[in-house]
Amino acid sequence: MRLVTAIVKPFKLDEVKEALEAAGVNGMTVSEASGYGRQRGHTEVYRGAEYTVDLVPKVRVEVLVEDDDAEAVIEAIVKAAQTGRIGDGKVWSVPVDAVVRVRTGERGVDAL
Amino acid sequence: MDISAGDTAWVLVSAALVLLMTPGLAFFYGGMVRVKSVLNMMMMSFVAIGIVTVLWVLYGYSLTFGDTGNGFIGDLKNVGIGELVDKVATNGAVYPIPALAFAMFQLMFAIITVALISGAIADRAKFLAWCVFAAVWVSVVYFPVAHWVFDFGGAEAGGSGAGWLANKGVLDFAGGTAVHINAGAAGLALVLVLGKRIGWPKTPMKPHNLPLVLLGSGLLWFGWFGFNAGSALGANQTAAVAFTNTMVATAAALLGWLAVERLRDGHATSLGAASGAVAGLVAITPACAFVAPWGAVVIGLLAGSICAVAVGLKYRLGYDDSLDVVGVHLAGGLVGCLAIGFFATREVNTAGKDGLFYGGGWGVLGTQALGAFSVLAYSFIVTLVLGFIIHKLIGFRVDKDAEVEGIDLDEHLESAYDLTSTVGGVLGPRTAKASHMEVSA
Repeated sequence: MRLVTAIVKPFKLDEVKEALEAAGVNGMTVSEASGYGRQRGHTEVYRGAEYTVDLVPKVRVEVLVEDDDAEAVIEAIVKAAQTGRIGDGKVWSVPVDAVVRVRTGERGVDAL
Repeated sequence: MDISAGDTAWVLVSAALVLLMTPGLAFFYGGMVRVKSVLNMMMMSFVAIGIVTVLWVLYGYSLTFGDTGNGFIGDLKNVGIGELVDKVATNGAVYPIPALAFAMFQLMFAIITVALISGAIADRAKFLAWCVFAAVWVSVVYFPVAHWVFDFGGAEAGGSGAGWLANKGVLDFAGGTAVHINAGAAGLALVLVLGKRIGWPKTPMKPHNLPLVLLGSGLLWFGWFGFNAGSALGANQTAAVAFTNTMVATAAALLGWLAVERLRDGHATSLGAASGAVAGLVAITPACAFVAPWGAVVIGLLAGSICAVAVGLKYRLGYDDSLDVVGVHLAGGLVGCLAIGFFATREVNTAGKDGLFYGGGWGVLGTQALGAFSVLAYSFIVTLVLGFIIHKLIGFRVDKDAEVEGIDLDEHLESAYDLTSTVGGVLGPRTAKASHMEVSA
């Protein structure tokens, strides 16, 4: 099993969600995040004074998938979240040792 | 004299309009501070309504419009203002409106002048110290200065005793000197007493809610028709002139500020539009009944563009005038008062004068400068002394931890927005605001 984590632009959340549903993903966890990558935030101007906004608002999407599905899920997220401009975000996946469904106690792939 | 129903209705409505400017100012200022201090910012305006109203009835009206003949301050014969019941307003002329309507209209000016100062010391003033300051400042600075400018004599039947600047012929229709230059100079003095906020100017202290700022400037604009057109003290031609000039100067100033921003920074901002409108309102205040509409357009453009540049000075000089009381109200007030020297014309108002552009020579400008700088100097010096006394006696600033944690929580035990507890409702475009709150709460 693998945990796929995606950091995407907030306004892309709906498209990512739809793409994941289309790819057969049954559940996900979404949380607010803020950060920056190579784009290093942006500047805003108030009454002529410049303010650097380093940490840009992002959304973090986390999905648990079977090993064989990971690549397809990553592809689906990237396709849905891409605008081609800086700040589109990142997607990565890591191996997961154990998954338990709290309600039933099922383990491993059965718990996905 | 009989009471005129039309004039009385207009002055009473105008008084209510001017009162609305203070909550409007609270929104204007409140949106410009950070999430952790918006309530304190708005409270400084609201408490001014309470404090100044009570003092005005007790002795403020009497000190401002009382009749001593010394030109500096009035007497105490109208303490309690109960004597005004059944009288008509007399101030230089006799007006067919109740004296109490005049007293209430003038009260609203005293309130907003005090509230204006608070923008200079955002995020860091002890609430109790602010209350003490408001009470003493309005007594020793506003009441005398308003007497100098606004008292044309004869507040009591058969009396004389106008203010010394009114006697000199300083033209200030609705309070460019007594309200805006006065508040701006006082704000500058308080900035010197309190010092800069922790982290200023390196820590970003950007406005937390610009829609609130725009709402506030809209309410100020609306209420300002009472401030300026109401100062005619009647429903008449002068009121219509003041109304017209207030509208066009404000519109021009809004555009002037945006033009400077677009040329200098590349973008026209909503904060710039709100600030430009207020700068225009400030500048046209003293001039609104003395200039032609074309003059008002020029005054507006000058005010909008000059104030847009003036607000940047604090970074060069190192003064944390947090919400630009100096850059908008002092600068805008000076623009308006001095512009009268150029643009005033008796074609608009026979009670006015002809300025430089109407063949009146340099004399009018000189008189206007005397009025503007007398008020500026008196207000700055007295406020500086008063501020230091309050700072020594009870401390004007909250302690460092409280300032960093947020003055709302420290001084009022409240927080403005409870967004962090709405689980599930914080995703989407509001992400930035919610995370900002978590940092500062």
